[in-house]
Amino acid sequence: MTDATRAEICVVAVAEAFRGDGEILANPIGNVPMIGGRLARAAFEPDLVMTDGEALLVGNTLPVGLDDAPKVVESWNPYRAMFNVVWSGRRHVMMGASQIDAYGNQNFALIGDPAKPKAQLLGLRGAPGNTINDTTSYWIPNHSPKVFVEQVDVVCGVGYDRARKLHPAERRFHHLKHVITNLCVLDFESSDDRMRLRSLHSGVTVDDVVAATGFELVIPDDVPESRFPTDDELRLIREVIDPNDLRIKEVPA
Amino acid sequence: MPDKRISEDEVAAELRDGMTIGVGGWGSRRKPMSLIRAIARSPVKDLTLVSYGGPDVGLLCRAGKVKRVVFAFVSLDSIPLEPHFRTARQAGTVETRELDEGMFLLGLQAAAWRVPFLPTRAGLGSDVFRLYPELRTVQSPYRSPDGEGEELVAVPALELDVALVHMNRGDAGGNGQYLGVDPYFDDLFCMAAERRFMSVEQVLPTDDLAGNGPVQTLRINRLMVDGVVEAPFGAHFTSCPPDYERDETFQREYAATARDDDAWDAFRARYLDVGGHDEYRKAVGL
Repeated sequence: MTDATRAEICVVAVAEAFRGDGEILANPIGNVPMIGGRLARAAFEPDLVMTDGEALLVGNTLPVGLDDAPKVVESWNPYRAMFNVVWSGRRHVMMGASQIDAYGNQNFALIGDPAKPKAQLLGLRGAPGNTINDTTSYWIPNHSPKVFVEQVDVVCGVGYDRARKLHPAERRFHHLKHVITNLCVLDFESSDDRMRLRSLHSGVTVDDVVAATGFELVIPDDVPESRFPTDDELRLIREVIDPNDLRIKEVPA
Repeated sequence: MPDKRISEDEVAAELRDGMTIGVGGWGSRRKPMSLIRAIARSPVKDLTLVSYGGPDVGLLCRAGKVKRVVFAFVSLDSIPLEPHFRTARQAGTVETRELDEGMFLLGLQAAAWRVPFLPTRAGLGSDVFRLYPELRTVQSPYRSPDGEGEELVAVPALELDVALVHMNRGDAGGNGQYLGVDPYFDDLFCMAAERRFMSVEQVLPTDDLAGNGPVQTLRINRLMVDGVVEAPFGAHFTSCPPDYERDETFQREYAATARDDDAWDAFRARYLDVGGHDEYRKAVGL
């Protein structure tokens, strides 16, 4: 499939993060993550449980950004029930990050000094509880040295160096899976749990990624190319899941 | 059954400087805005707000009522960052205690159950200890699966002086009903507080409540409520389905007032200083 856009390659990379998850709550947050998560269930991971973005669990493949689409309601999942899912370990969340470091420590709370931030951002939200209880992945649409930093200003999502300092029983559910960006896919499958280059999106070089990253990545000798969507996946993305092309706004062609 | 109906201004008159006020709802959803506006108009100051924050936090920060905010986020949902809260934070004019969203629930639950803390794994390894300096851990008295000890975060009880919530329907005695998809944590806010005030879209005879929906929608009971305020469109401009969705146009107008003092003064004169909730409804055209 050669006419796939970068955004569509990113969507497939997001979907791949949920491969093998089985019957858990796949909870991608943001447009490209939601498109990718819904693609994963529609294309190859049919047992995933997914929300409508609010308090319902829905069985059908919803289009993103269209609130009035018909829903096959499977169940009710208000915020209180969501914490039950998170704390019982049946979720894989994909969050964003304003900053992330080599061990996967993530910040989207604020930039600068917590007493008087240079920029107040989202706050801790659920990042501490998500990362210590369940598998977590990240979607970062603007891979740059401002996001991929030596040290984050505030640790919201817990990284591997921090987790390692905890007692084994305390860190036993901590697992960072993939970091998907507009340039590449990263993971933590290295000897010292540092971020590793897993695959490059078509047209991106190792040098591009290195230049856009503010810390030293683990780079294998051979880095594969991120896979392209299949014909069926491309049809699902374009016609079913994202008919209004919201993916292009996050990852311009 | 006692008749607990009172007005917004009577609720505001119960508040004292320095009190800790919990506000129900979530982000820009089902916030008791007519009560929030009454507080903004009142002389009270130095409040500590405890909230899954939305325009309740932003508006009271802008009105100069807030000393401290206990929060996990402050958002208008369709506008991810609450602009007035952002301005206050970046100017350093409000203190904060920041928690994870789930820890926040446990803090309310601990206060409701009158225990000093509840344990959780959420927060371990993160900077929540920097953002909430009083936060402590507790050693499990039980053996972990690997036979060794383990520490947990001891989320302190978030004890409230006053809780403010908004429901779709209620009766004069304080039984409250939500008809939307999510109850949020309004019952916990009420149970965590000394004094509890509930505004409702409509006060009905008790006999008419159960016919509106399944009994599970009767989330608040009169043990949890000291005062009932009838406030049609009381959550405006936040959402209150199925009665109304968020007023996005009005929310954008509100958010834009964070850019300069003149815009805020005009907004305040037009919508806040006009009087009570009836005058507000007239000013907005509700």
